[in-house]
Amino acid sequence: MTNITTAGWHRKHLLDIESLTAEEINIVHDTTRAFKAVGERAIKKVPALRGKTVINLFIEPSTRTRISFELAAMRLTADVINFSVEASSLKKGETLKDTARNLEALNADIIIIRHSAAGAPHFLSRFLRGSVVNAGDGAHEHPTQALLDTYTIREKKGRVAGLNVTILGDILYSRVARSNIHALLKLGANVTLCGPSTLVPKVFEQMGCKVTYNVDEAIAEADVINLLRIQHERQRKTMFPSIGEYTNLFGLTKARFAKTQPDVLIMHPGPINRGVEINSEVADCERSVVLEQVTNGLAVRMAVLFLVNGGKGPQEIAG
Amino acid sequence: MPEKTTILNAQAIHRVLTRIAHEIVERNDSAQSIVIIGVQRGGIHLAERLGLLLKGIWGHPVPVGQLDVSMHRDDLDQHGVPNIQPTVMPFDINGKTVVLVDDVLFSGRTTRAALDALNDFGRPRRIQLAVLIDRGHRELPIKPDFVGKNVPTATNESIDVQLKETGGEDAVYLEKSA
Repeated sequence: MTNITTAGWHRKHLLDIESLTAEEINIVHDTTRAFKAVGERAIKKVPALRGKTVINLFIEPSTRTRISFELAAMRLTADVINFSVEASSLKKGETLKDTARNLEALNADIIIIRHSAAGAPHFLSRFLRGSVVNAGDGAHEHPTQALLDTYTIREKKGRVAGLNVTILGDILYSRVARSNIHALLKLGANVTLCGPSTLVPKVFEQMGCKVTYNVDEAIAEADVINLLRIQHERQRKTMFPSIGEYTNLFGLTKARFAKTQPDVLIMHPGPINRGVEINSEVADCERSVVLEQVTNGLAVRMAVLFLVNGGKGPQEIAG
Repeated sequence: MPEKTTILNAQAIHRVLTRIAHEIVERNDSAQSIVIIGVQRGGIHLAERLGLLLKGIWGHPVPVGQLDVSMHRDDLDQHGVPNIQPTVMPFDINGKTVVLVDDVLFSGRTTRAALDALNDFGRPRRIQLAVLIDRGHRELPIKPDFVGKNVPTATNESIDVQLKETGGEDAVYLEKSA
């Protein structure tokens, strides 16, 4: 049969969660399930992107996201090149646009970009012929993280809609938080944000979240607690007095964990600061799905690369 | 409006599947080493029905799996993004006789993709192909072992297979687009 049913995905780029519909997020989730199964086989590789070239353009240091994307591309049989800031001509004064154009001159099909400037992926998508995937842009968005977090919730809880999800920690500087808030709200979850008032401004209420500075209240009814790392590198020193005080006031200690729902899901995008935002034993307990997030992250990134490669953009799908 | 002609009704589909089941039995003397694998999406319900028919003949359950071939297609660039369905293969295919089941055999490209996909799960002793409808127009050297009905078609015609399991009635139609 040549009548293959198409999934309803037409996007050539994955730039943010904000512009996705709930249906598109569900397509990514459904596709992820199929690719997760590939990772569980003896032969963990499919030829879906055979002959395609994927470039990891990481202008900001990253290990786990880069490795996850790299392995995802390899498992789809794409050729993948890693391009890191240390080794790049950006250090010699080349502009991002020139760097990207040079990579395109090598006929790259998909460029995965991480950049410290919000909007860098959107900028590239305006002039590159290939697909652009945002792997984190400044404090703006980290779409694949939100897709893997919501996929993990759906896998563990069977649904996202109607669940109470608490995001605890540094919200202000967190692209993970922004992307998660968009994805969770689109999928119908009740989102509560909690952390020091300097890092959780009330303005987030305008997005449709509940904002509280009382951690016990934030976690008592939560079905899911997503802990965010304190972003030392993106933060001025004055946001809260000390790490010790942060742990006392907002850390998920054993005492606080004891008061959560018995089936609560503990999530963390990593890397974990043990003893700071989460107690070490809690991080390793059976309610913690931190390592499953890593496994699902690989499957989500395979799904995203597969989908954007097939997405022709709205202007090209007519007929 | 497309013209629509019935090729097989519910009774005919049942008769055809029963015949194919007997042909599978006739061709394969060792009942123990047979597994049935339906190709997503059109083949999976036919594979389940064949599995039940074979169970009735042999008196023991026959393993039935589902295979999605989208990741192995050679025409990914020419269509929209395929809707990937689950692959469910809860058994070992090494050394087995695999009967691949699909609803309509056309260009042969789905079957080629299925052969590649099966390679990732092991090395079957042999693979046989059962299809409900062979509509011709092969683009690859692929030939079915068991055919429900040969339907010579024109390229502006299409075959529409409806099955009870997906909410409709059991029927196969030939549609001609105006």
